[in-house]
Amino acid sequence: MVEHRHWSMHVLPHLILGLGVLLVVFPVYLAFVGATLDPATIANGQMGVVPGNRFIENMSRVLLAGAGGSTREPVLHMLWNSFVMAMVIAIGKIVISILSAYAVVYFRFPLRKTAFWVIFMTLMLPVEVRIYPTYKIVADLGMLDTVAGLCIPLIASATGTLLFRQFFMTIPDELIEASQMDGAGPVRFFIDTVLPLSLTSIAALFVIQFIYGWNQYLWPLLITSKDSMQTIVIGIKKMIVTQDALTEWQLAMATAVLAMLPPVLVVVVMQKLFVRGLVETEK
Amino acid sequence: MDKRVFFPSKTVPLLLLLPQLVITLVFFYWPAVQAVVMSFQMEDAFGTTSEFVGFENYTAVFTDPFYYRAMGVTAVFSTAVAFLSLSLSLLLAVMADRDIKGAGLYRTLLIWPYAVAPAIAGVLWYFMFQPSLGLFARMLRDWGIDWNPLLNGDHAMILVVMAATWKQISYNFLFFLAGLQAIPKSLIEAAAIDGARPFRRFWTIVFPLLSPTTFFLFVVNIVYVFFDTFGIIDAVTGGGPAKTTTTLVFKVYADGRLGGDLGGSAAQSVVLMVMVIALTAIQFRFIERKVSY
Repeated sequence: MVEHRHWSMHVLPHLILGLGVLLVVFPVYLAFVGATLDPATIANGQMGVVPGNRFIENMSRVLLAGAGGSTREPVLHMLWNSFVMAMVIAIGKIVISILSAYAVVYFRFPLRKTAFWVIFMTLMLPVEVRIYPTYKIVADLGMLDTVAGLCIPLIASATGTLLFRQFFMTIPDELIEASQMDGAGPVRFFIDTVLPLSLTSIAALFVIQFIYGWNQYLWPLLITSKDSMQTIVIGIKKMIVTQDALTEWQLAMATAVLAMLPPVLVVVVMQKLFVRGLVETEK
Repeated sequence: MDKRVFFPSKTVPLLLLLPQLVITLVFFYWPAVQAVVMSFQMEDAFGTTSEFVGFENYTAVFTDPFYYRAMGVTAVFSTAVAFLSLSLSLLLAVMADRDIKGAGLYRTLLIWPYAVAPAIAGVLWYFMFQPSLGLFARMLRDWGIDWNPLLNGDHAMILVVMAATWKQISYNFLFFLAGLQAIPKSLIEAAAIDGARPFRRFWTIVFPLLSPTTFFLFVVNIVYVFFDTFGIIDAVTGGGPAKTTTTLVFKVYADGRLGGDLGGSAAQSVVLMVMVIALTAIQFRFIERKVSY
């Protein structure tokens, strides 16, 4: 900057950003504190901001035995269900959308524009607005309480197709020309050229879709009725009982910490890809 | 926007498109059509037969005082969350855009709530404000405020607004920061040479240049509040007390699942679809502008 700054202009950003970080971190810190306490301290309203010494005990209890009360499913199993759901949705979306984008960009065929618009329009139909008819179809197909029923209806969406289409448009035409001169067909060109070039886009989309899948709520709430199919986000909700006296908060908070850990780690560790994926899927 | 060079095959592309088209038709279009059909039908008490009732379901929806209440709740909720989360994250982004020490660390510490599920965000905030044992609820009580989101509708609304805002800050922060970094530094320096103070530089140069980002985020935030906050509301208030936090989407769910009124629920779905299409159309007009920008 060209001007001399008053000392307060140096302190102010740190002050505001520090408060922002505090606001963002504090609820999660408090959940961690809750997970380290004994039930009586929380229930009697004596909880402060100092952690207790029951962290390991509470964690092993929820992970292996489950919270009891409303849901007896061990959280370890819920974590696995959430992981399967997030992976199937993320990988499924990437596979079907890269294939459809490839078809739309690298071929000329009748109804090409129509096919693109059919996919594109799904942007306007989030699952929440057509929830019961979709539920009914999944039920009629006998897919309630199955991984397929949980994941496939969430796999189709335009975002992935749009992302890959946009990326493919930036691949120079010289590459396909060279490939065609070598006598390569569409499959060869896809595997040898397009796929390796798309790796960063794939990874960025994966990060976003993994989080999307992991955090699903309404859909699994309707589609899964068995405890053995329960995802961790649904599991926590079931631990918060309306008659508050029955809620085992230390266990619910231990579960909340476990539920946040995988997607938060993905964001922090793969920050660059995450930011890129977020910005690109929103374009 | 078409490639000059392409493959001649007509069958390969259809095979490539098949998985997505099948899933889209079965799980997107078919249910959407079903929703429209169901909205014109009424089922008998056992759900065995349904008859065509014309616009009866729509008439019922638009004469239901609770529907207008849900509209009001949605309007208050989305305006509050959009305004709060946009202003907080703009403030944070402006601070993080300066060349200060540890900017990267601040960024990391501010963006991760994006990964927290809305339902879990709701549970975290409920834990802090649960009337009998929450840390902040006790503090409020000590100050003489009779805080109880389980009984008081305004308190319940404040709680879900806080949880939804908290969850959305990271997203808005990221896009604001990207928008700020795209503004040429030379413009701001030129204004500084002309003697404009930082506050004035922000309102006369930075904020107007940032308006496409702000507008984009505004639309995204409204859509977020409409749909993604379902988990927060279901986990924290269950739409209560006395439906004071029942948004339009929550009502679609509650009427269909708990009330068993599938026709009415479907009619509400169709109305919502029209709203989403309108919102998306607005967003696309904006994207076109951004391209030529």
